[in-house]
Amino acid sequence: MSVRIENLVRTAPGNASKVLLDGVSLDVPDGSFMALVGPSGAGKTTLLRAIAGLDAFQSGSVVIDERDATGLSARDRNIGFVFQNYALFRNMTVARNISFGLDVMSRSQRPPQAEIDRRVQELLDLIHLPDMGGVWPQRLSGGQRQRVALARALATRPRHLLLDEPFGALDPVVRRSVREWLRALHDQLGLTTILVTHDHEEALDVSDRLVVMQDGRIVQDAGPDALEARPATPFVMEFLGETLKFAGQVSGGMFIPADPHVARFSVPGVADGEIIALIRPHEVRITSAVNGAPARKVGLRYGFARLAVDMGDRVVDILSATPWDVGESVELHIDAARLFRNGRMVEERCDGWA
Amino acid sequence: MIGSSRWGLAALTWAIIAVILILPPVLVMTEALRNGAGAPIASLADPDALSAIRLTLVMTALSVLINTIFGVLAAWVISKYRFPLRGFLVALIELPISVSPVVAGLVWLLLFGTQGWWGEALDRMNIHIAFAAPGILLATLFVTFPYVTRTIAPLMEQQGRDAEEAAMLLGASFFQILWRVTLPEARWALLSGVLLTTARAMGEFGAVSVVSGHIPGMTETMPLHIETLYNGYQTVAAFSMAALLALMAMATVGLRSLLEARARASLQTKDTAP
Repeated sequence: MSVRIENLVRTAPGNASKVLLDGVSLDVPDGSFMALVGPSGAGKTTLLRAIAGLDAFQSGSVVIDERDATGLSARDRNIGFVFQNYALFRNMTVARNISFGLDVMSRSQRPPQAEIDRRVQELLDLIHLPDMGGVWPQRLSGGQRQRVALARALATRPRHLLLDEPFGALDPVVRRSVREWLRALHDQLGLTTILVTHDHEEALDVSDRLVVMQDGRIVQDAGPDALEARPATPFVMEFLGETLKFAGQVSGGMFIPADPHVARFSVPGVADGEIIALIRPHEVRITSAVNGAPARKVGLRYGFARLAVDMGDRVVDILSATPWDVGESVELHIDAARLFRNGRMVEERCDGWA
Repeated sequence: MIGSSRWGLAALTWAIIAVILILPPVLVMTEALRNGAGAPIASLADPDALSAIRLTLVMTALSVLINTIFGVLAAWVISKYRFPLRGFLVALIELPISVSPVVAGLVWLLLFGTQGWWGEALDRMNIHIAFAAPGILLATLFVTFPYVTRTIAPLMEQQGRDAEEAAMLLGASFFQILWRVTLPEARWALLSGVLLTTARAMGEFGAVSVVSGHIPGMTETMPLHIETLYNGYQTVAAFSMAALLALMAMATVGLRSLLEARARASLQTKDTAP
C-alpha cells in the first residue's frame, strides 16, 4: 500500500518554462503518515494532484502498490482525497454524499442498498455525526463538513488518503481536535496518508515524516526530530520555526562569532572558513557578563521569559526557561546552533546531534 | 414627497408595460374572438393550420432536444477548461444573438439550396434540405443555439471543478459526473435556458422564412402561416393562430417563473437551519 514517485516533472499549462515540479522523487511506505510542507507555490498541492491523477505531468512516474499508475485515470486509482474547501455535493444529503462512491459503481460491483446504508451509518458513527445522514451539507459547520468529506473519501475503503490543506478553514480549537482525530483514524484503519499543509506545527504534530518542498523540489524528507536536529538548508530551519542567525568564522575547530557578546564554542572537525550559525530562540543560553550586551525582559511566551538583547547593530529576541536572575549585561551562548556553509548544513564529525 | 414620486414612477412603469407588453396580446385575443369563439376554432381546424401547428411543435421539440445536449456540452467545455482561442469560441456561440436570422437562413440556402454549393449533389441523392423540414430545423437550431449555453455557463464557471474532481476520484464516469453532480447543481438555470429556447424556437420567423419556401401545408410553421393568412386578408384566422402562438409562448414564460420561484424556495429550505 505504498506510493512511490520517480523523477516527476510538471510545467505550468501554457508556459513550459515555468516548472511546477522539478524532478520530484518520493517514497511513501505502507502505513506512514506523511506531511508535505512548504510555502505557497512550493508545489505541494501540484504533487498531491499528480499522485491522485488529477493533473498530468511531463515526465516521471507514479507507482502505487508496486503498480505503475502513471497512465491510470483518477477514477480507477481508488484514492481517498479531501479538498481544502471540502467540495461536498450541494444537491445531496450528507448520507448520499458519503455513499456517492458506492452509488456510482457498476451494477455488478455495487453492494446491495441495505449494505450501502449500513456502511453510511458506520461512517456517520465514525465521524461522530450519527444522526446527520438526512441533513443538507449547507447546514453543517466547517468542522462537520470536513468530517463528512473525509467519510465520503473513505466509503470505498481506499488504502490511501490524500488531504489538501484539510484544516485550512477551521478555527484553531476545532483544528486541533480534528487533526488528533484524523491521526487516530489513520492508525485505526491502517491507511497510508499524505497531508499537504503550509502550517509546520500542524505537520510536526500529526505526521511521522515531513517532506519540505521549495520551488518545486524536495529540500528535505525526514522525521520531525531529525528535521529539527539536522535541517538540510537554512530555509528548512527557518520554515520550521523562529530562527536567530549568527555569522562567523571557523578557525582551528573553534566558531568565532562576528557579533560581540557571543561566546566562542568548539566545532570539532569543521573546516576553517566563513560559516552561518542558526539557532532557535529558546536554545540560546545567557550568562551575566561585565561589559556584555544590554538585555531587558519584554514579555512572556509559552511560559518563557522573552528577552531583547541589544547586540549593537541589531536586537535579538531570545526565550529563557529559567527565571531571569542574571544581570542586565549578558553574554550569549549558541553552541546548540546548526552550522551552514554554501546553503547546506555542515555536519560536525565528533559531536553528533542524533 | 418621496412617496408621491415613487408612486408616480410606478404608475409610469405600469403605463409603459401596459402599452408595450400587455396591449398587443390583448388586442390579438380580441381580434381573434371578434366574431365569437366559433370562428377561431374553425380556422385552427383547417388542414393547413393543423399542419403548421404540428410542424412548429415537432421543430421546437427537436431543436430544444438537440440544443440542450450541445448547449450543455458547450457550456461545460467553455466554463471548465482554458484552451487556445476559447474567447473566440465564446464569441462564436453568441453569434446567433447578434446576426440577423435572415442572414442565417440565407447561409443555409447558399449551402443546401438548388443553386447552392452542395444543393445539386444532395438533389441527385434525393436528399432535400432547403425548402423542406431539415432546412427549417437547421435554421431553428442556429437561431436558438446560444440560450442554454448562455444561461448555464456562468453558473458552471462559478461551481468550479472541485465537486467534479471529487466525484471523479470516487470513481464516477464522465456521464455520471455530468448527470449527478454538474447538472443537478445547475438544473434551475438549465430549465430556464430550455424554456427560453422553446419560446424562441416556436416564434422564429426570419431564418425559417428564408429556408422554408413558404409552402402551405408542408413547410409553413405557425409564424409563417400567420403571415400567409394575414396577407390573404384572413384576419380572424391570422389572429386566431397568433393568439395560440402567444398563449404557447406565455405558458412557457409562466412555467419558467413558476419553476424559478420554486427553485428559490427549495434553496432556502436547504440553506437555513430547521
